[in-house]
Amino acid sequence: MSKEKLKANIWAFVVTAILARLITLGSGNLDRFDAALVPYTFATLFAVFGITRRYALWLHRPPTAMYWTRGWKVFLLLLHPRHVGSNAILFLRRLIAHYAFNDFIWRRGRMRWLAHWCIMWGCVIAVAITIPLVCGWIDFRSEADNLEWYRVLVFGYPTVAFPIRSLVGFLTFHGLVWSSFLVIFGVLLALRRRLSDHGAAALQQFGEDLLPLFLLFAISVTGLMLTASYTWMKGYGYDFLAILHAITVIFTLLWLPFGKFFHIFQRSATVGVAFYQDVGKQGEQAKCRRCGNEFASRMHVEDLITVEKQLGYRYEMPDSPVEHYQWICPRCRRALLGLAQGVLWNESQAQG
Amino acid sequence: MFLLDQNEFFIDPARCIGCQACVQACSECDTHKGHAMIHLEYVDRGQSTQTVPVVCMHCESPTCAEVCPADAIKKTEDGVVQSARKPRCVACNNCVLACPFGVPKMITDFELMMKCDLCYDRTSAGKKPMCATVCPSGALFYGPRPEIDQLRPRSKPMNQFQFGRQTITTKVHMMAPTGPVKAQYLDVTEVMNENGPRQRIALDILSNLYASEDGV
Ligand code: SF4
Ligand code: SF4
Repeated sequence: MSKEKLKANIWAFVVTAILARLITLGSGNLDRFDAALVPYTFATLFAVFGITRRYALWLHRPPTAMYWTRGWKVFLLLLHPRHVGSNAILFLRRLIAHYAFNDFIWRRGRMRWLAHWCIMWGCVIAVAITIPLVCGWIDFRSEADNLEWYRVLVFGYPTVAFPIRSLVGFLTFHGLVWSSFLVIFGVLLALRRRLSDHGAAALQQFGEDLLPLFLLFAISVTGLMLTASYTWMKGYGYDFLAILHAITVIFTLLWLPFGKFFHIFQRSATVGVAFYQDVGKQGEQAKCRRCGNEFASRMHVEDLITVEKQLGYRYEMPDSPVEHYQWICPRCRRALLGLAQGVLWNESQAQG
Repeated sequence: MFLLDQNEFFIDPARCIGCQACVQACSECDTHKGHAMIHLEYVDRGQSTQTVPVVCMHCESPTCAEVCPADAIKKTEDGVVQSARKPRCVACNNCVLACPFGVPKMITDFELMMKCDLCYDRTSAGKKPMCATVCPSGALFYGPRPEIDQLRPRSKPMNQFQFGRQTITTKVHMMAPTGPVKAQYLDVTEVMNENGPRQRIALDILSNLYASEDGV
C-alpha cells in the first residue's frame, strides 16, 4: 500500500471512529437508539469512511495540496484584525449566494438551476432530519404530564416541546415528505433536460450523470410509498417497502464517495479559491515575459510552477530570460503557435 | 468508434484567412451553445493581419487536467480531453494559465472553465467538428489521413511540440513543411523573440502612394 493510501486509510479510520463515539455518546450508550435504523447507521459509517478516504487522497494531489495549504494561509491573512469584519461579511455573502442560492447555476440556465436547487434543498432537508435520527442524537419523547405534547431530546438534553396535533407537529413529522417532493420535482426536470438536450446526451455517462438521479428518485418514491402505506393503507406492504427503501438509501450512501455525489464535498474548495484570488489581486501581478501585460497574480504563477514541477513537467527555459514557460500569458502562447509554424515554412522556403 | 478512429484533426494556421467562420460555427455547438471555444488569435496585431485558429490539441498527457485541483477535466477512452465537469470545476483558473497552447476559457459568470471538446457530440457520431465543417481555406481539416496526404503533398502532419524542456504529444496534428526542414517537433518557445510575419503592412498607404508619385 502506498504511503498516501495508508495515510488516507488512517484518516478515514479516525474520522469514522469519532463518529461512532459520537453515536454512542449522543444516544446515551445506545439507550435512545432506534434499533430499526441499524442498517442505516452502518451504511452512514461506511460512507463516512469512504468519503474521508477519498477526500484525503484528493487533498494529496499536488494542485489540490497547493490550494489546501495556500487556502489556510490566505485564511489566516484574512483574519487580520483590520479586515476581519469585512472579510466575515464577504465570506457569509459568498456562502449564501453560492451554496444556498446556487447563483452560478442560475447564470448557467434557469431550468438547470431550478432542478439543482430543488434536488439540493430536498437532500439537505432530508439529511438534516435523518442523520441525527440514524445516529440517535435526536429523540422525541411524550411529556410525562401531557401525552399530547412531544419534547425533543438532543444528545439526551430536553429542548423545545410542541403539540403533536399542530401545524409544527405536522410539518416536522412530514419533513421527509416535503423533501421528497422537492427531490422528485428536481430529478424530473433534470432528467427531462438530459433526455432532450442533444449536447448533454452526447456527454453524459450512465454512472456519472444518470445513476445519481435514478437513486434519488428511488429513495424519494419508496419513502413516499412508506408514508402512504401507513397513513392511508393500514400498513399495506410496509415491510416490503421498508426493505426496498433501505436498499436504495444504503446503496446511495455507499455510492457517495465515488460518483457525482462527491462534488458536494469537493465544492467546499470554491470558498478557498475565491479568497486565494482576492489575495492574489491585491498582491503583485505577473507580467507576461513576452508582451509585458499583466495576466495573473504572481503568487498564482509561482504556485503553478511549483505544481508543474511536482507533476513532472519540465516547462523550464534555462537558456532564456523567460526562465519558465509559465511566465508567458495564454494570449502569447496562442500567437507563438502560429509564429512557430510560420517560421518553419519560412525556413523550408529559404532552404528549398 | 470506427469512424472516429479513421478521422483525425489537422490544423494549418498558415492557411487561415481570419474569416471568423469557425468562431461563428463553434458557438453553435450543442455542448457549449452560445460560446465559441475556438480562439482566432492575431499573431502580431500591430504589424500584420495574420491569424491563427487555436483549438484544443487534446494532449496525450494534458497539463490542464493534471493541474486541476478538482479533478474536473477528464479524457475519454478515444483520447478527447473534455471540458470541465460542471459540478466539479471550482473556477480556479489553473488550467487556463497552464495549458501550453492557451486553450481553456474561464466563463466568469458561470464560474466554470469551458474549452474545445472536439465537438464530442458530433465527432463521437462520425461527424466533423463544427469549425472544420465551415473552414473555407482548409486551415481546419478533419478527415482520414490518406485524404490529407493527397491534398497537401508539400506538408506533413506533426503532433509533437516543444515548450522549454517539455515535449507535448497531441491527438490533433499541425501541418508542417516536408522537404529540407526535418523538424520532428514544433519548437514553440524557440520563436519567443520573433515578431510576426516578415511581410509588414504599411499603415500609411496613402503617404506612400503620394511619395512614389512625387518620385521621392
Ligand atoms: S491543448 Fe490545453 S486544453 Fe487541450 S488538452 Fe492540451 S493542455 Fe488541455
Ligand atoms: S478552472 Fe476548473 S477545470 Fe480548470 S483547473 Fe480550475 S477547477 Fe479545474
